Amino acid sequence: MQKYLARRFLLAFVTLLSVSLIIFIMSRVSGDPRHIYLDDYSTQEDWDRMGEVLGLDKPYYEQYGMFLKGAVKGDFGESVREARPVTEVVLERSPATLLLGSVAFSFSILVGVPLGILSAVKRGTWMDQVGKIIALIGQSAPPFWLGIMLMFFFAVQLGMVPPYGKQDWNSIILPAVTLGWYYAAANLRLVRSAMLDVLDSEYIKLARAKGVNSRTIIMKHAFRNALIPPLTFAGVTLGALVTGSLVVETVFAWPGLGRLAIEALFAFDYPLLQGVVITFTLLYVTAAFVVDVLYAYVDPRIRYA
Amino acid sequence: MAADLSGIVIAPPTFGEKVAGIYRKLKRLPVIPVFLLSLVVIAGLFAPVLAPHDPEKGDLRERNIPPAWSSGESEPKTVVERMSINDRATSVTLSDAKKVNPDAQIGDQIDIYTRPAGSTKFLLGTDHLGRDVLSRVIYGARISLLVSIVTLAVGGSIGVTMGLMAGWYGGAMDEFLMRLVDIKLAIPLILIALVLVITLGQSLWIIVTVLCLFIWPRFARQVRGEVLQLKHMDYVSLAKVSGASTARILFIHIFPGTINTLIVVATLQVGIVILLESTLSFLGAGVPPPTPAWGSMVSDGRDKLAGGVWWISTFPGLAIMITVMSLNLFGDWLRDTLDPRLRQLE
Repeated sequence: MQKYLARRFLLAFVTLLSVSLIIFIMSRVSGDPRHIYLDDYSTQEDWDRMGEVLGLDKPYYEQYGMFLKGAVKGDFGESVREARPVTEVVLERSPATLLLGSVAFSFSILVGVPLGILSAVKRGTWMDQVGKIIALIGQSAPPFWLGIMLMFFFAVQLGMVPPYGKQDWNSIILPAVTLGWYYAAANLRLVRSAMLDVLDSEYIKLARAKGVNSRTIIMKHAFRNALIPPLTFAGVTLGALVTGSLVVETVFAWPGLGRLAIEALFAFDYPLLQGVVITFTLLYVTAAFVVDVLYAYVDPRIRYA
Repeated sequence: MAADLSGIVIAPPTFGEKVAGIYRKLKRLPVIPVFLLSLVVIAGLFAPVLAPHDPEKGDLRERNIPPAWSSGESEPKTVVERMSINDRATSVTLSDAKKVNPDAQIGDQIDIYTRPAGSTKFLLGTDHLGRDVLSRVIYGARISLLVSIVTLAVGGSIGVTMGLMAGWYGGAMDEFLMRLVDIKLAIPLILIALVLVITLGQSLWIIVTVLCLFIWPRFARQVRGEVLQLKHMDYVSLAKVSGASTARILFIHIFPGTINTLIVVATLQVGIVILLESTLSFLGAGVPPPTPAWGSMVSDGRDKLAGGVWWISTFPGLAIMITVMSLNLFGDWLRDTLDPRLRQLE
């Protein structure tokens, strides 16, 4: 188990390192960063001084080293657009994304799991069909379009919730549903097929033969075992929700990290972009690592390997 | 004594039975997804013939016209000679009124369209620049098809080659390639893709390259798993004994054994590629405008929704959803048909 965890930790570390390298290379490929900071009125002196401050007079590997050293200390330099430290901006925007992510995650579990159980238990009935349609839409509709359609219908036409921004408590409903639908669909399918497998097993037949009522069978015997695949999937979900927030936050003008990343990207604000991408990767990698640990804990085959 | 069968006539199937028989056969084939997919392919191939208008040029005077079936909205307005800012909502100038009704006089009440009715000239309406939405949706299929075919060919080949090598050589090679796959799975790729496209420039080929980064690992993993099983087969050992080169064994003897699985994986990956490409377009990092791509069309219509202009975003989005949904259904069917072993993996 220790060996397994050590490997996973190493992987997380290598991932972070490669992302930082990609980001660093990209920022250098895009041109001299001084072009962003300095305008036409600056002198050659300014240009050289800036180069010294940013370390541009040193070889690339040393520049990358400097970047890494700063990153470890949580220092990503100063945002060009906002003219204040990147870390400050990122920390300011993080809570909104974490809030949206956790509400969407809860939505995907609270909708996906019960519907999955219902679809399996009532296999072949209209309920199963409804479940199938929800899953199919969730897995085929592009989230950005789904969000726009929900916005048009519930916010513009019916006026039930605010169309965008983060004001009242109810402004989170549409973004969370949009973000969570895909994963709700995935959970639904996973729980359904796991449930069907379990319901078909010998010990369930034995329980039925003994005369245990079907409610107890479903909740006590079948459901617990059917939970393993969606639990495994939860890790993937947590990580991917972070990425999904890019699109959903753009659609609903949600003031989180996803929108910040897009803003930084189109403003060519590289220091800010680097900070956001590294933060995203950190969140992603942490979620994956936590799930790996949980997984090892749940699955004895990994624990004792 | 032989039974006398001469009087027995087998009744020909009734019409109902025939229909039921055809239905039973068709039920096995996913008719609707196949039909919808062929529509998309035909739209992509024959876009110039099928599209009623130029997808990139529009007449601003014909902007925001709703789809053909929607009726316009009209309001009664008073005809005045000169209009002040305050009564713009309730009045109309004489010259404008004459365009609607040549007999209009000052002081008349006249019905003026505040929103035009749909016309059969633009079946799905026009966008904010007066371009025909239907033509743009039809042309949009081209971009999606082109991107997914090229991505699949390039990304798929890379993935298959990597998978073949990892499975065949094992050891350090396998370890390295599979760690590469792990890293890819742990990176928020859409973000990296955005950064790449924005810094390197928005062109079709850069987008295809970036999308290839997304899809090769799935192929590599699948093929590697198959190779691990196939390489211990007798016919592989025989080929080795008779002196076939490694490349020959891999591509002539092992690769064909993985084709069934590959077809399934490829079908499902096309759906993912189309979703990713449209996401990039939506975020503004897709094929540059004015080339019609479904994702950017949805984005175009986004800020027109508040004014009730819903058709610009709706139709291209529906096209994406229908295409991806058909691919998923078709892929599921292929999986059940070609490779029953995959069914349990869901």
